[in-house]
Amino acid sequence: MSNITNQTLSEIINNIKSKKLSSQEVTKAFIERSEKSKKLNVYVTENFTSAINQAKKFDEKPNYELKLPGIPIAVKDLFCTNGVKTTAGSKILNNFIPNYESTVTQNIWDQGGILLGKLNCDEFAMGSSNETSFFGNVQNPIGENLVPGGSSGGSSSAVAANLTPVTIGTDTGGSIRQPASFTGTVGLKPTYGSCSRYGIVAFASSLDQAGPMSKNVKDAAILLEVISSFDQKDSTSIDFKRNKYSEELTTKIKGKKIGIPKEYRVEGMSEEIENLWKKGIEHAKECGAEVIDISLPYTNYALPTYYIVAPAEASSNLARYDGVKYGFRSPGKNLIDMYEKTRSEGFGEEVKRRIMIGTYVLSSGYYDAYYLKAQKVRQLIKKDFDDAYKKVDAILTPSTPSSAFKIGEKKDDPVSMYLNDIFTVPVNLAGLPAISIPAGLDKQGYPLGLQIIGKPFDEQNILNIAYSMEEKINFKNKILDWWI
Amino acid sequence: MSKVEKFLIKRGNNQYEVVIGLEVHAQVNSKSKLFSSSSTKFGAEPNTQVSLVDAAFPGMLPVINEFCIKQAIKTGIGLKAKINKRSIFDRKNYFYADLPQGYQISQYKYPIVGEGTVILDMPYGQKKVGIERLHLEQDAGKSIHDMDPKNTLVDLNRSGVALMEIVSKPDLTSPEEVNVYIKKVRSIMRYLGTCDGNMQEGSLRADVNVSVKRIGESKLGTRCEIKNVNSIKFMQMAITSEANRQVDLIEEGKQIDQETRLFDTKKNETRSMRSKEDAHDYRYFPDPDLLPLEITDDFIQKIKTEIPELPDEKKSRFIEKFNLSSYEANILVSDLDTSKYFETVIENSDVKLSSNWITGELFALLNEKNLEISQSPISSKNLSKLINLIKDGTISGKIAKTVFEIMADGDKNPVDIIEEKGLKQQSDPKELEKFIEKVINENQDKVKEYKSGKEKLFGFFVGQVMQASRGKANPQLVNEILKKKLK
Repeated sequence: MSNITNQTLSEIINNIKSKKLSSQEVTKAFIERSEKSKKLNVYVTENFTSAINQAKKFDEKPNYELKLPGIPIAVKDLFCTNGVKTTAGSKILNNFIPNYESTVTQNIWDQGGILLGKLNCDEFAMGSSNETSFFGNVQNPIGENLVPGGSSGGSSSAVAANLTPVTIGTDTGGSIRQPASFTGTVGLKPTYGSCSRYGIVAFASSLDQAGPMSKNVKDAAILLEVISSFDQKDSTSIDFKRNKYSEELTTKIKGKKIGIPKEYRVEGMSEEIENLWKKGIEHAKECGAEVIDISLPYTNYALPTYYIVAPAEASSNLARYDGVKYGFRSPGKNLIDMYEKTRSEGFGEEVKRRIMIGTYVLSSGYYDAYYLKAQKVRQLIKKDFDDAYKKVDAILTPSTPSSAFKIGEKKDDPVSMYLNDIFTVPVNLAGLPAISIPAGLDKQGYPLGLQIIGKPFDEQNILNIAYSMEEKINFKNKILDWWI
Repeated sequence: MSKVEKFLIKRGNNQYEVVIGLEVHAQVNSKSKLFSSSSTKFGAEPNTQVSLVDAAFPGMLPVINEFCIKQAIKTGIGLKAKINKRSIFDRKNYFYADLPQGYQISQYKYPIVGEGTVILDMPYGQKKVGIERLHLEQDAGKSIHDMDPKNTLVDLNRSGVALMEIVSKPDLTSPEEVNVYIKKVRSIMRYLGTCDGNMQEGSLRADVNVSVKRIGESKLGTRCEIKNVNSIKFMQMAITSEANRQVDLIEEGKQIDQETRLFDTKKNETRSMRSKEDAHDYRYFPDPDLLPLEITDDFIQKIKTEIPELPDEKKSRFIEKFNLSSYEANILVSDLDTSKYFETVIENSDVKLSSNWITGELFALLNEKNLEISQSPISSKNLSKLINLIKDGTISGKIAKTVFEIMADGDKNPVDIIEEKGLKQQSDPKELEKFIEKVINENQDKVKEYKSGKEKLFGFFVGQVMQASRGKANPQLVNEILKKKLK
């Protein structure tokens, strides 16, 4: 049998179901490799001992009906996990142990998943390089001192480095798709309202969505099927009929109309990305899809809109971290002094920057000019997609304007960092589903991703298109275990 | 409204009118909180009724309590107000230790209830007070500053409890109107069962906006808001004190600053809490965790069928059906329990006598013992019996008062009391004649005087007979027989 950790999720599931592998063997294999991979700094909290015990329990009384039978899975440290420290990558939650479970992770455990550990991420999911984490930056297994993307950087690195079969991330402006693109992995952001936000540390409530990250499209479909559910504990959760994504997965996409938005041809975009996109278009055609030029005229306004809406919501969502009830507290002379010290010391620079931006755009006298206007533009961006979807079934774009960059390269230039999200944020603003699949390597051998954007609740369609293109692209990730 | 009744503040030749608007915070009568399933029960051990949502744990989300929405709509209907089919929950952002989320979920631009009207019965006639809006919001927790020498303690039991903020238009012009307004709004909510109106437990509090202007002037003066006053008496004191302060400033040629003030009940004065410049910027914005609240016509219609008869309608019915005066009817309907008590009594008893006994003797008794009518020591059943005994002549009104006093100690059946104490009215003419003859015999000189024209002495004879019978003689019969005997 080939190395366990190299296997895809569906292979491991099959091997467990056919009793070729036990849950313990699988769990131990990922733990062993994780132990050797500390240099990548993907884990904030390891749950290895408990994972082995649970795997043992599974093997004693296996239930092969489950969708994730005894599968160890590490998750982004933004999901609250009962009894296991949950930090959101922040000092302010450094000592926080929830006594409750997020709906998404609960769905995974209910299907036989086993918690392997909590994965590093940008602080409160604010970042595109995993450099804002209080627990240090994460290394990209693609190359030393390369960022894994963000904010789900620990997750993308862990999947790419074979430290977990699959994982879940959260995506507010690209936090699943961009790191997937940077690590040669697959990342899917579902339609807003598909996956419950209950128990996920909130960044920007109207944009946040959990989603699967995996080595291939099929694995993403399996995991999406498990985590997507209607939840009354989240008022924005939507009760729609969910497909059996993995069972219904097909490469038959003949006649599907795929739109190519001209506005995504941004200024200064490298020729490599341009070529990757062109190749993608060819692949789509080869798969039988019809390619149509479309226009999404408000695309240019998406990034500024996002950087008003997201910080505004974040500034309010993060108000609860005040040192009063839980988490880090720095003593002060009085209440205000305690607040100031706690929040000054407890939050990192990027989080503070966004809280300040958010507070500013909501302030009286500025609200209309920023927040209200941004909401209006957001509607226009949504309308762009609505109009486009009258003509096409899905939209194909690059996932990111560049491949992974060096650690520290953009750290002091927030605007250039924010530009990483240029292709991903419109999707969040419009609440749409989108998947990033690896589509090629640049000159340096770093992966590049393509993004397929779908209609609301049309996850099955983008999974099918991705599945079909994946076959044609036949991407091979170059991971040389440089850290071991 | 006659000019005489106007509440004015005078300084020399200058007269000032007072303009008052109220923001009443009424706790919604509900078992669980506005966005969580925690209990709202008053008086529990601190921090025992707190869910993860109430304590704002990471990743926790609010889920609206449908019952609280119904209660708000019911109240809106009771206030004859427009129900908004679409309303939005906003976040009001500020930091405080008893506000775990760092924001209060409230309704800002789009409240659930719009404009309405409340009718006040004033001695000088009816007065309409406009309602500006009613919105739903979360209550904060409680900071306790005096239990620990160094620390402030926080109790989150109240955190997240549903409040209705009922905002009036600046239509009130005197402390007395404020008194009647609060009582009327409270009465409507008690009829509806949407708020218990208990001011001691903080279920009803108000922010009071006060401004003054020269009499007849149309332009409103600068207003000050007096925060969180929790009794009608204090509201009235605060208004009087604040209005006088503002008038003094104007008289001194000084300017009134728009600000938030607190009422010091011990010193009977308001003092500045924060000025307009220091006013919080609450950074309101729609709560992205909650969808806009959409209410269907069917939903509203269904609630309308659950609305009981409200004070105004009940009053009209009492006047029409029972021929009560507006004044009497008003007293009887002002409180739901009083009206229920009254309606039970009159099921079997005379309406007029019932009204008199309830608003007279019973109210005096309750007042003296500081009890609500729901705690009345005399049940409506027994009061009804007592009234019937008066009506059918078994006892006199005077004896009835004695019986009433005995009933007040343990809700005894008046029939038994009369039996036990032998208080039954003496209506047997033969027995009465005995008393009358005795009195005439013993007062021959007075009889002479009477017969020679001093007719005023008749009362004396009646009194003597009543005394001789220890109050039991039927006064009407005594009158008749006496008149014959003294001819």
